[in-house]
Amino acid sequence: MPSVMIRRNDDGGLLFYVAKKDMEETIAAVEHDSAEQWGGEVELTDGSRWYIDPISPPPAFPTTLRFKRVEG
Amino acid sequence: MATLSREEAQALIQEVLEVYPDKAKKDRAKHLAVNDPSIDQSKKCITSNRKSQPGVMTIRGCAYAGSRGVVWGPVKDMIHISHGPVGCGQYSRGGRRNYYVGLTGVNSFGTMNFTSDFQERDIVFGGDKKLDKLISEIETLFPLSKGISVQSECPIGLIGDDIEAVSKKKGKELNKPVVPVRCEGFRGVSQSLGHHIANDAIRDWVLHRRDTDNSFEQTPYDVCITGDYNIGGDIWPSRLLLEEIGLRVVAQMPGDGTVSEMELIPKVKLNLVHCYRSVNYLARHLEEKYGIPWMEYNFFGPTKIAESLRKIAARFDETIQANAERVIEQYRAQYEAVIAKYRPRLEGRKVMLYVGGLRPRHVIGAYEDLGMEVVGTGYEFAHNDDYDRTIKEMGDATLLYDDITGYELEEFVKRVRPDLIGSGIKEKYIFQKMGIPFRQMHSWDYSGPYHGYDGFSIFARDMDMTVNNPCWSMMQAPWLKSAADDSSAMAASA
Ligand code: SF4
Repeated sequence: MPSVMIRRNDDGGLLFYVAKKDMEETIAAVEHDSAEQWGGEVELTDGSRWYIDPISPPPAFPTTLRFKRVEG
Repeated sequence: MATLSREEAQALIQEVLEVYPDKAKKDRAKHLAVNDPSIDQSKKCITSNRKSQPGVMTIRGCAYAGSRGVVWGPVKDMIHISHGPVGCGQYSRGGRRNYYVGLTGVNSFGTMNFTSDFQERDIVFGGDKKLDKLISEIETLFPLSKGISVQSECPIGLIGDDIEAVSKKKGKELNKPVVPVRCEGFRGVSQSLGHHIANDAIRDWVLHRRDTDNSFEQTPYDVCITGDYNIGGDIWPSRLLLEEIGLRVVAQMPGDGTVSEMELIPKVKLNLVHCYRSVNYLARHLEEKYGIPWMEYNFFGPTKIAESLRKIAARFDETIQANAERVIEQYRAQYEAVIAKYRPRLEGRKVMLYVGGLRPRHVIGAYEDLGMEVVGTGYEFAHNDDYDRTIKEMGDATLLYDDITGYELEEFVKRVRPDLIGSGIKEKYIFQKMGIPFRQMHSWDYSGPYHGYDGFSIFARDMDMTVNNPCWSMMQAPWLKSAADDSSAMAASA
């Protein structure tokens, strides 16, 4: 369950930064991304998938959250 | 010099790798690549931030070097203790030329060297008592120091000293920041982790110190410069430019920086990051905790300076934007004269770089302004995100090399025969003896500053005097020269 900092890039897209690994990826898709909640399964541009229980109301970015890796 | 095609460059890499045993070959192959600017993710072509191969010549440093030498070292009003045996500090002293103003030994300590000089008994019985005593001694001898950092060398982590407890106690006693930094050399694969650890120490021990104090008067134009090390005075022309466009530089860090400036960083409106590699951790924290946005900029060469000034100004109002245009215009005559003078002498010359931090990509623009072309570049301790940023700056089919070994670099150079190499002191004499002009690009070969428009004039002059130095035509010993060489040399000197 790594801590991940989510922040916006200049184009308004979301970035996924794992401080421990010094890895930064762009988020390709988020399962729930609405005015009520944010989270669920998150897919990165490198194809890896991560999970977080949906947060409601959506958090303000940048923020650090804990994600689980989705296997398979 | 021959420009390599993509196939030739690939073949060159294969040929160079041939001498290695299979396992090493497999590993090193991942670190060498031919650039393809259309790729947007560097990890598809190059691997970085991995442990170096045993047995090869690498020029990386350790985590202690990254923290003591790079991030903390230039903070001039603090005393940085190299905590452990004497060697780490002694052998690394004074290499980086971080210029500063102040009275050394009174209120500034940049070029001084402090160590706890561990002896056998400190290793056996622990060195915490010694550290305690040492800090009191420092306070007596240098009462105007504004803080102390404890930079751990390898043994500290091995013997399990509690430097945090000592630092806390002494910090209270002296009412100054005493910062323990767990940057033991064995951590991580290069100095890069030292930067990270040093950033975290600044976050945990310095930044929050004025959180509840609102006495500092703020303006909407407050910015800070982070990740500029003031090598040869770099930060001064950078600061000048930002002030000329109407911004107020509240803090500069670490070059010519102070603790009180660092404590003010959380109060700025925008964080300007020059060396992304070594301070991005701090920038991310500042954004998350204090909501301070950050952006990277590049003050090498007029093209990149203008681009950066416009990008910075775009974050502010129209006055600042108009100022930026005015400043660019104001310097136009100056930099155009530099280009007019040096470009004809440097046009078309090829450059290979192998340095660290931001330079392998940031100086490309400055070379291009002079009509030169960077045909190979690489980092000692970069991560993927650095190569992401580099790929776009480099031309197609140029060479990229990560943590390159001494052997590989020599072989590349022998084939590519660039007109100039920019790398470190350990490479300098090898390549000079091969007859190739060389600039030591870690500390600007005892020159500088290179940032800003003023720095560009110096950069251009330095490159010219290196590349066009008459000594390169005198590489052959006189008694080895044939009669034909002789007469042509005579003609040239006449
Ligand atoms: S690796 Fe350890 S012993 Fe060597 S210079 Fe770094 S801190 Fe000192």
